[in-house]
Amino acid sequence: MTLAFQLVIPLILALVAVYAMARRVDVYAALCQGAGEGLGVLVKVLPAMVALMTAVYMLRASGLLEALAAPLAPLLTKLGIPPETIGLLLVRPISGNAALGVGSELMATYGVDSAIGRTAAVMLGCSETTFYTVAVYFGSAGVKKTRYAIPAALCADLAAFVAAGWAVKLCFGGG
Amino acid sequence: MAMSAIWTGMVVLSLVYGLYAGNGAGVAAAAVEGAAAAVELCLRMAGLMCLWMGVMEVMKRSGLAKGLARLLRPVLNRLYPDFARDGETMETVSANVSANLLGLGNAATPLGIRAARRMALRTPGVASDSLCMLVVCNTASIQLIPTTVAALRQSLGCATPFDILPAVWLSSALSVAAGILAAKVFARLWRGVGA
Repeated sequence: MTLAFQLVIPLILALVAVYAMARRVDVYAALCQGAGEGLGVLVKVLPAMVALMTAVYMLRASGLLEALAAPLAPLLTKLGIPPETIGLLLVRPISGNAALGVGSELMATYGVDSAIGRTAAVMLGCSETTFYTVAVYFGSAGVKKTRYAIPAALCADLAAFVAAGWAVKLCFGGG
Repeated sequence: MAMSAIWTGMVVLSLVYGLYAGNGAGVAAAAVEGAAAAVELCLRMAGLMCLWMGVMEVMKRSGLAKGLARLLRPVLNRLYPDFARDGETMETVSANVSANLLGLGNAATPLGIRAARRMALRTPGVASDSLCMLVVCNTASIQLIPTTVAALRQSLGCATPFDILPAVWLSSALSVAAGILAAKVFARLWRGVGA
């Protein structure tokens, strides 16, 4: 099972390349062009990461997150969410880069292959920057009355966080 | 501006709470560590991110997204019954979903916006049930290969960064299902209130 999921990437590389070749696409040129654009994305993300990681590191070191997590811990634990991930829950819907910063801090502190590290990774992977998305879509469609879109989207986020804790336990066992 | 307030809030709160809780020295050290950690993180993630952007370009040029969109169309017609007969809108919606699934974020957003604009034409200024559904589905991640997270895990020394895939798929599916269910339930409730 584990090997199968490790093979996902080489398999995708091979299948996409063969499919594209069959469609007479210049695979190598496309690959290089895309990879070049990847650098552009990194250049855009880096300044935001510098700003946000500074703030995230400070927030963690101050102990404020633990103080916030303490009263919520019983509720979070009951939902199957590790209380340590409270910072991630708070920033995930607001800023994608901040969430990446908090997530990487969690993975570095508790270990990438720990239950908390994996749960943080799954949370990042199965949710989006909700408020940003809502703002972009409704803003460009000229919609002011958003009705129930935000509460429904937050329901999906909450479900994502609860499901992440649960799915990690299911796929990797309790540890 | 929202981000300015959030960033300032985080920094000020950290400083004030850190001093109050006696963690002042830790906050001071963290303030100069974070920036270096961010650069290191970005550099270590760079390889996998660039490779994947390259693969996405190949997918785009080979028309993979278009084929997937055709497969999704019947399912999506059921999700947006008001627009099932509006061929162009539904084509844009299915292109948006297939781009999301393949992780082509740069392609997905403009497509989604185009679909949202077309939907909003019928109900100017107000989010119809279909438009709410479109937004909710776009705020729930349905990416099949979460590359950024995998690159992050790999950069932190994980030997098998993709072993979280089944857990991510499971959680994504549950989250999207919860979003759709919530949208359907709220649609009924709001109708009662009078939209």
